[in-house]
Amino acid sequence: MKKSIGRAILFAVCALVLAPNALHAQQSKPWEKIPTPKLHEFKPHQPQCIELKNGIVLFLQEDHELPFVSGSVAIPGGARDEDVAKTGLVGLYGQTWRTSGTAKLNGDALDDLLEAKAAHIETGGDVDSTALSWDSLKGDSDQVLSLALDLLFHPNFSAEKLQLAQQLAATNIVRRNDDEDGIAGRESAKLVYGVNSPYTRQPELATISAVTVDDLKAWHDRTIGGKLIVSVSGDFDPAAMEVKLRAAFEGLPMVKIASARHDDFAGPKPGVYFIDKEDVNQSNIEIVGLGTDRRNPDVPALAVMNEILGGSFASRLFQKVRTELGLAYAVGGSYGYAWDHPGEFHATVLTKSASTVDATRATLAEIDGLATRPFTGEELARAKDNILNSFLFRFDTREKVLAERVRLEFYGYPPDYLETYKAALEKVTVADLNRVATKYIHPGKLAILVVGNGPEIKPSLDELKLGPAQTVDITIPMPKQPEGNEKK
Amino acid sequence: MQSKISPWLWKGAWVLALMAMAVAGAQAQNLKSFEQRITTKVLPNGLTLIICERPEAPVFSYSTFIDAGDVNDPSGQSGLAHMFEHLAFKGTSQIGTTDYAAEKIALEKVEAANNAYEAEYLKAVGRDEKTLAELKKAFLAAQAEAHKYVIPNQFTDVAERNGAEGLNAETSLDDTMFFWSMPENRLELWAWLESGRLADTVPREFYKERDVVNEERRMSVDSNPIGRLVEQFVATAYVAHNYGRSHIGWPSEVSQITATEAMDFHKKYYVGANIVIAVVGDVKASEALPVLEKYFSRIPAGPKPEEMTTVEPRQFAEKTVAIHEQTQPFYIEGYHRPDYRSPDDAVYDAISDILSNGRVSRLYRSLVRDQQIAAEAAGFSPFPGEKYPSLFAFFAIPLPGHSPAQMRDAIHKEIDKLKTFDVSDEELAMFKTRARADLLRGLANNQGLANSLAEYQTRYGDWRELFLELDKVDKVSKADIRRVANEIFIPGNRTEAWIETEAATAEKSAVAQHNGGAQ
Repeated sequence: MKKSIGRAILFAVCALVLAPNALHAQQSKPWEKIPTPKLHEFKPHQPQCIELKNGIVLFLQEDHELPFVSGSVAIPGGARDEDVAKTGLVGLYGQTWRTSGTAKLNGDALDDLLEAKAAHIETGGDVDSTALSWDSLKGDSDQVLSLALDLLFHPNFSAEKLQLAQQLAATNIVRRNDDEDGIAGRESAKLVYGVNSPYTRQPELATISAVTVDDLKAWHDRTIGGKLIVSVSGDFDPAAMEVKLRAAFEGLPMVKIASARHDDFAGPKPGVYFIDKEDVNQSNIEIVGLGTDRRNPDVPALAVMNEILGGSFASRLFQKVRTELGLAYAVGGSYGYAWDHPGEFHATVLTKSASTVDATRATLAEIDGLATRPFTGEELARAKDNILNSFLFRFDTREKVLAERVRLEFYGYPPDYLETYKAALEKVTVADLNRVATKYIHPGKLAILVVGNGPEIKPSLDELKLGPAQTVDITIPMPKQPEGNEKK
Repeated sequence: MQSKISPWLWKGAWVLALMAMAVAGAQAQNLKSFEQRITTKVLPNGLTLIICERPEAPVFSYSTFIDAGDVNDPSGQSGLAHMFEHLAFKGTSQIGTTDYAAEKIALEKVEAANNAYEAEYLKAVGRDEKTLAELKKAFLAAQAEAHKYVIPNQFTDVAERNGAEGLNAETSLDDTMFFWSMPENRLELWAWLESGRLADTVPREFYKERDVVNEERRMSVDSNPIGRLVEQFVATAYVAHNYGRSHIGWPSEVSQITATEAMDFHKKYYVGANIVIAVVGDVKASEALPVLEKYFSRIPAGPKPEEMTTVEPRQFAEKTVAIHEQTQPFYIEGYHRPDYRSPDDAVYDAISDILSNGRVSRLYRSLVRDQQIAAEAAGFSPFPGEKYPSLFAFFAIPLPGHSPAQMRDAIHKEIDKLKTFDVSDEELAMFKTRARADLLRGLANNQGLANSLAEYQTRYGDWRELFLELDKVDKVSKADIRRVANEIFIPGNRTEAWIETEAATAEKSAVAQHNGGAQ
């Protein structure tokens, strides 16, 4: 009996998503009489970290509970670094690298070999990095590791597999306006960062078909010389693993550190934006602005503010928009911070067409309230409890501890970041909250994007009295000969 | 299909056999080790508790599994089980209220006001709009009065302040699951919260929450083209059984469910014999059991609800559903298959694995890699549920310029191959190896394990079936696969559904003209 994938994808309904309150009459609170014993002693198991002379970093995390070994190589450089005229290159690279395979073993043969062992080797591309990862049963781990290394050092990009990846990418492009939620997320990010920003520019049929096998090879050759971070976890002998990884990586030349990016982040042009979608009966409302990055010392206070705004069932947005007004199932918001560039301020609410204006107003009022309705000691205490009492779920498995260490190494944060971050969270005061809300929350600088069914939205967006709604054109540009490259 | 593995990598079937034995050894070991770590206890009220000790970190996860889902919604009340699930987050007589005695009276008035409003609203003849408006006003006023006693979201607030992680619930057609993870020193607090909401549910803010569920419907079905298609697909495939009903509820029904109906549902299905709770993590059974027994004994005993009598009759007419949409094309089809207790259950798993799992799968290689007509194609089962006879479904996402009809024909070709030729030794062995490895991988996660233990205990009366199921997987033969494929993959047992776009139609005729009409 297997829980069907279909059920999970197509059919499951949940109580969920995310989320002030008043009223404190006499209540006996029986749950407060339940004792909370001392938590069992726990020291997260840190991986062994080995820095090679050439700058490559290895992490080894033993875990002998189950007979598996998995690993990954993180490679700096991602979609934000690709050529504008070839936007989508990194996505195509991430697919084609693996499906092409190596000179010794093409991708199809690699599939056959690995799947017969219930093992995997995969590659992928992201906004700031690409990665190769593998996993297998312990007994196969030596062979799978050498196959993975072969793919890392001797890829054999094939024109045929690139074409396949281009077709799949083309499908995603022509389908990107089918899904209301996808439109809202994508277009609101463009409002924040700009249409041509490296963080939001989107692949088009013309840019993906401009990518060649030589481009993929050049990308690989360029990025593979960067500061690789290799991590392995599972049921292996660390001394033996260290020998193998040293043999593979120690002889490589000194890593080349890419120069830091210098991007402009202006933030959105304030106003109301609208995208009409006739075949829906619910509006997807995004209220967005520019956020900050994690190195900002105000991040701990902002994290607590986020918890109060939209982080839980007890949060201001959830309480007001969902519980009190019943206007939405999905509602949330936070002031975002990314690891190495400004994140997005983001509040989202999905409501029936007719209540679009009401829900937008209610959400705006809560955003406004961050700076105008002073935080209370109780809100602070609740938010801190929420964050700190569940903090150990950030490192309750060895796999999570390892992933965190890799992330910190990748972005150049100290290995004890989580501890200092937690200590800073504990120190946040009501005064800090009020200060960061005033400093960072500027309702006048936000853009409001509504994706919804125009004729059904009554009262209309004009009722928001924030100026006329500007229509955003989301037409998908079609190359002059759309079929030529797509079809066989 | 022939394996493309080069001979120097492929030493023959014995390698596979050895490998399978190695993994099978690990499996037996695992069952033994789990038997030592798992304690099961049936309480006098019929409720089953399972505790699995996994002290990797000072946390635990739990899963409460109710053997009732939207398939059990009474006629005219589709969406009720899901609606009740939302209610279980609203607190009890002890949490979420400033004065339960007064609130109870106010809630009774809300119910009376709703009944009066609905009686007028549903009048076939002689409905008076003015009276209706007044009754609506009275209904809203009664809700406002009851709301005075509410401490909103206090139940979830207490859980979250005490470190609850991944707090959520899920209602499927077959069952309802509540779950979260917590630091281990909150076990007793969790038992208090969970037993309270199961035994002592209050229909608090019910009508506001009904609006929230209507928004959930708009999000997952009405405003989602695939959601709309699948709802019609399933409704067409079934003529008698409740699996054919809208899962989240038909709009008219879900928007008229009453708190009284929800509480009746609770009384019937939330009884000890219908509930299994699994706890996995840093918990000692000897210390935890007495605590859990104390709290979960509060749940009323009640008989196990009667099973439903309706069995979907045999389909003998091929059915099709076409939706004309502004969105890109999509194809789905389904064939009726027996429920999970069928001796062929593992054969269906084998078929979906061989057809759909990864880049080696037949549908990927045929439709995506070789013919290059689809971006994705897969077969899966059971759908939309598993407890009762369900469907074996296939779907495909066409590449630009390709039609649902092409998806259908290509899928049928693969099905015909399955009916005509045996699968290869390599394919069958791969299915068995992957099934074992997947089981093992699933054991490393407290929440996943809790869900599985509770589910298998409910469905088979014994969590061990989670491991023993592999014996059935081992017994699957090539002949079984051909036999089952020939039994169910026949036109009279099929429902086809697709999204047809105007743009696609235009493109198609353009292509047809270009090719001299040979479409």
